[in-house]
Amino acid sequence: MTQKTEIGYNSKVEGEVIHTTVDAAVNWFRKNSMWPMPMGLACCGIELMAAGCSRFDISRFGSEVMRFSPRQSDVMIVAGTVTYKMATAVKRIYDQMVEPKWVIAMGACASSGGMYRSYAVLQGVDQIVPVDVYIAGCPPRPEAVLEGLMKLQGKVAKEPWAKQHFKPTAQ
Amino acid sequence: MTTAADFAMQLKAEFGELISEPTEFRGEITVNIADASRIAEVCEFAKHELGFDYLLDISTLDHYGEDPRFSVVYELSSISHQQNLRLKTQVTEEHGEVPTVTGVWRTADWHEREAYDMMGVKFTGHPNLTRILMWEGYPHFPLRKDFPLEGKPTEVPDVAFTQTAPMEGGPFVTIASNENTTVREPRRRNPEDGQ
Repeated sequence: MTQKTEIGYNSKVEGEVIHTTVDAAVNWFRKNSMWPMPMGLACCGIELMAAGCSRFDISRFGSEVMRFSPRQSDVMIVAGTVTYKMATAVKRIYDQMVEPKWVIAMGACASSGGMYRSYAVLQGVDQIVPVDVYIAGCPPRPEAVLEGLMKLQGKVAKEPWAKQHFKPTAQ
Repeated sequence: MTTAADFAMQLKAEFGELISEPTEFRGEITVNIADASRIAEVCEFAKHELGFDYLLDISTLDHYGEDPRFSVVYELSSISHQQNLRLKTQVTEEHGEVPTVTGVWRTADWHEREAYDMMGVKFTGHPNLTRILMWEGYPHFPLRKDFPLEGKPTEVPDVAFTQTAPMEGGPFVTIASNENTTVREPRRRNPEDGQ
């Protein structure tokens, strides 16, 4: 059985030309190569490693390139308990990341402090950095991490990038 | 074979009134040292004459509301003769100072720093008595009983800050009594309540 219908860029009508918006193209590039900054601070870091390994395979979503340099990463995955002592370092690493940048709070501790209602633990990483996606779980399964990543991809896909950067000038 | 109780008696024979009668609980021998300022020489003797060549841990207790307020506990062990001995001594809050035993066991360095960091007991003669878990400039001693579990707001610029954790009804600090749960498990112990 052969596929008769030709769709998309291979259409004879358009002759291998795609019409799209800058926003759609740029967001498509971005969302399919989100390089994570693995901020693994506790047991969630182990699940994050599992998400990167072959069984779950985060590379299916273009995020297999774990960058241990904030300069080269797009999304910081805060995986684990953020103590107040570590909070300064987390903030500094976030500040070193280049725009555009996103943050995933993975697990209960990073989202809200989790079970650590304590003098030593930051009650949610959103107190120091803006968080795009919260992943529930203690720790979340790797599937949940991938789900969170897909949610973030959906969010990135809708960002009005060109509209913000190329405002039409009044003639 | 010389047991820990025999070593405790040797310690008492050497130092006399300074050392209390050894107490045994579940096979563990504890002696109390009356004068905290002489702990270093007792430890020196225990290491070099009795063979306690390994310091397992130094811990501190906060007997809040009593005087002397703090206990310092030294867990001694020996790799050569496989016996354990526990030394206890008391320090008051006003003169919360104990001579360091870093000259006897080098491992005491971090144990004493932790005791200082968490409980505020000072160790005189320590080579580097700085905080080990919290950061320099943190103003409180978190394991003291009058320190609330949810913490206190602090700020050391460019180093770290802390805020009060929302306790939302728990977890609790239990007070041993026959009263109901509300009394036994208050949200925290307030020093002004006299608990």
